[in-house]
Amino acid sequence: MTARPARLVHPLGVASGLAVVVLALTGCVANTPAGSSAATAVTVDGSDDGCVLSTTSVPSGPVTFTMTNTGSDNSEFELLADDGLRIISEKENIGPGTSGSMTVSVPAGDYYTACVPGLVGEGVRATFTVTDSGGAVEPTGSEKERIDAAAAAYVGYVKDQTGQLVAATDEFLAAYTSGDDDRARELYPTARAHYERIEPIAESFGDLDPKIDFREADVEPGTEWTGWHRIEKDLWQPSADANGGAAYVALTPAERQRFADLLTGDTADLYDEVTADDFSVGIDTIANGAVGLMDEVATGKITGEEEIWSHTDLYDFQGNLEGARVAFDGVRDIVDEEDPELATSIDDEMTSVETLLAGYGSLDSGYPAYTELTDADKKKLSDAVNALSEPLSRLTAALVS
Amino acid sequence: MGGTDGAGETGGAAERPGLSRRGLLGLVGTGVGAGVLGLGVGIGADRAVVAHTAGGSGAAATYPFFGPHQSGVTTAAQDRLHFAAFDVSDGTTRAELVELLKDWSYAASRLTAGLDVSPTGATGGSLAAPPDDTGEALGLPAAGLTVTIGFGPTLFTTATGVDRFGLASRRPAALIDLPHFSGDQLIEAASGGDLCVQACSDDPQVAVHAIRNLSRIAFGRASLRWSQLGFGRTSSTTRGQTTPRNLFGFKDGTANVKAEDTRAVADGVWATEGDGAAWMAGGSYLVARKIRMTIETWDRASLAEQQTVVGRDKGEGAPLSGGSEFTAPDFAAAASTGGPAIAPDSHVALAHPQNNDGATLLRRGYNFVDGNDELGRLDAGLFFICFNRDSRRQFVPIQQSLARSDRMNEYVKHVGSAIFAVPPGASENGWVGETLFA
Repeated sequence: MTARPARLVHPLGVASGLAVVVLALTGCVANTPAGSSAATAVTVDGSDDGCVLSTTSVPSGPVTFTMTNTGSDNSEFELLADDGLRIISEKENIGPGTSGSMTVSVPAGDYYTACVPGLVGEGVRATFTVTDSGGAVEPTGSEKERIDAAAAAYVGYVKDQTGQLVAATDEFLAAYTSGDDDRARELYPTARAHYERIEPIAESFGDLDPKIDFREADVEPGTEWTGWHRIEKDLWQPSADANGGAAYVALTPAERQRFADLLTGDTADLYDEVTADDFSVGIDTIANGAVGLMDEVATGKITGEEEIWSHTDLYDFQGNLEGARVAFDGVRDIVDEEDPELATSIDDEMTSVETLLAGYGSLDSGYPAYTELTDADKKKLSDAVNALSEPLSRLTAALVS
Repeated sequence: MGGTDGAGETGGAAERPGLSRRGLLGLVGTGVGAGVLGLGVGIGADRAVVAHTAGGSGAAATYPFFGPHQSGVTTAAQDRLHFAAFDVSDGTTRAELVELLKDWSYAASRLTAGLDVSPTGATGGSLAAPPDDTGEALGLPAAGLTVTIGFGPTLFTTATGVDRFGLASRRPAALIDLPHFSGDQLIEAASGGDLCVQACSDDPQVAVHAIRNLSRIAFGRASLRWSQLGFGRTSSTTRGQTTPRNLFGFKDGTANVKAEDTRAVADGVWATEGDGAAWMAGGSYLVARKIRMTIETWDRASLAEQQTVVGRDKGEGAPLSGGSEFTAPDFAAAASTGGPAIAPDSHVALAHPQNNDGATLLRRGYNFVDGNDELGRLDAGLFFICFNRDSRRQFVPIQQSLARSDRMNEYVKHVGSAIFAVPPGASENGWVGETLFA
């Protein structure tokens, strides 16, 4: 742990009223006007199952990607950060036989590109390298424009994750309804990670989250319990002792199909919501989303209450944490300008939590059941989350002040 | 706690951007609590003590945070306690630990003055940010709040011998690892700790508010290891206070060291430069013991049995050798039925200075009831706190004697234990622990 802001040294609101001084930033801002003279051109051939770029390495600075959709369905092109989650820029809804361009100013680093035929799933991905051209990559535009760009990128991320959730849910439910319970149990936690990454956004559509993600204890009498956790209980069937004394009755194949169809439909509704033309987020939504995700961790995951049958809470924890990271990284440049000490503090504490959680595994390699953790393990995780959440709770004020 | 800033602060402080903590310290130290400052004489640092000898602190009382000794030791024992032990987080550096102590000192200097934790406080900050202060003490006076900070042995050297903060060589010899006492059934999670904060007030909400906000300030640097609420003081620390009763129903602390006993305080409470650790001069050593009472069993004991166990009569608190509450016990006196009037293995006999080479303790404990256990018994007892100059000569021999043969052991079980070095008070504009890190 390195320097934290001594929270009492800087009374809140100090930054307010200061003139915004645009400093040299290392970040990137999407969508400078297309056709900038100095932009490096990259062409992309996006087919139904391929995504071929004219080059996978460019010098830092403005780059114009032009994708031609040679497939049979609508597609989109994305440039993602090296976490594979955060969208740097995207060009959506490129119809079959048509082309679309976007220009983005990118600093040196590792990236991913993706063509997403059919607009759902993670698409056809490849690594993409930006080398140091020696020239400074500075954001252009006013602070408002950069905030708008951050918001647009976050919307792109939400859509991307929701699209991947749709695909992952389909795969999971196919295994579940076909009776391949082992495969379903294997897919369950990683499919849910897409949801966990965007949970506060999903919760903003009031009636959907209850249908998709309610735990048994959340359901009011008279309301049917549906969604992920209903299926979780059927895949990790409890003993009578763990089920309030009553023997658990397994769902029939027909009942399985019904709950699968409901989850498919509710997830499709979520996708429709976030891909609607009028779906947008404000900078405060992004910042509050990061806070909300860590609150989810503190209240549900640290206590092992989220996944009471599967005990896959650490997967959810990782999903929430990644979502918070994406949200924070997306606004990092703006925070750096408003309150660099806060930005450093959040970054350091977030890294501490990431490192601690990485000690248990990863989404790819798997995590131990939460019940295998000792109380001391849980306290360490909880302490790290608290250490992050305190500075994170001041992010919104730093951005909107 | 008054909205943003109390009457004592210079107007407009909250609005002045960039005002540093150090800048505020000066403001806090002056003007606030003026009603009690300067009245006390001859009792060392707890200058307010004389103003409150009428029994308890009163809602309006404030005690100084700055001074040669920390408040909360010889201060007239307040009615309520929230005590917290913290562990410093992995990876926290010495500089961050120092910053934490500075932040705690700053916050405590405000809280003990009846102010919010920072100038913007509970309601004066940005609408988009969580308030600095948690707010439950808004509108409440300080109610005699004291915040007393201490350092556990593990701050100097961990159990595995690691010197995390370069403090190992600074550990006072008197800051011992407490030995195992006969009958101890200690719960690890309710024992020990790198740091402690004792918050005492006549208003429980004010005491809890202090611990809650100091815990919040510590996030990322230290986290709560255990904490204890206490609801009724079990000792008097000034002559003006009536002697309270513990959950056995007996007066407790009749023979306690009182603030007015300047010789006893000087000899038995405050460490001096010559004691070995110069940085502890003006400090003291705090021993906390969570003592569970099996009160259901006690309540079935006859009055005679209860009085024999304690060595005092239940109504007046007089020693069984005769007289009134403050009559010195006569351990040689015989009962009319033959044998000693005060049983040699009674609590008062074993604990009395006369039978411990004159060793005394300044006791400052509280009753607790933590709900009930799974058998439907009240989880109740005494959260014992004492301050002494050197536990090797004071607390340890007394407790060894009690643990060995106290008749009371049939009704008590020690479940928590901790010792802390309580450094001297912070000088104006300083911070608690400054002498240690100098």
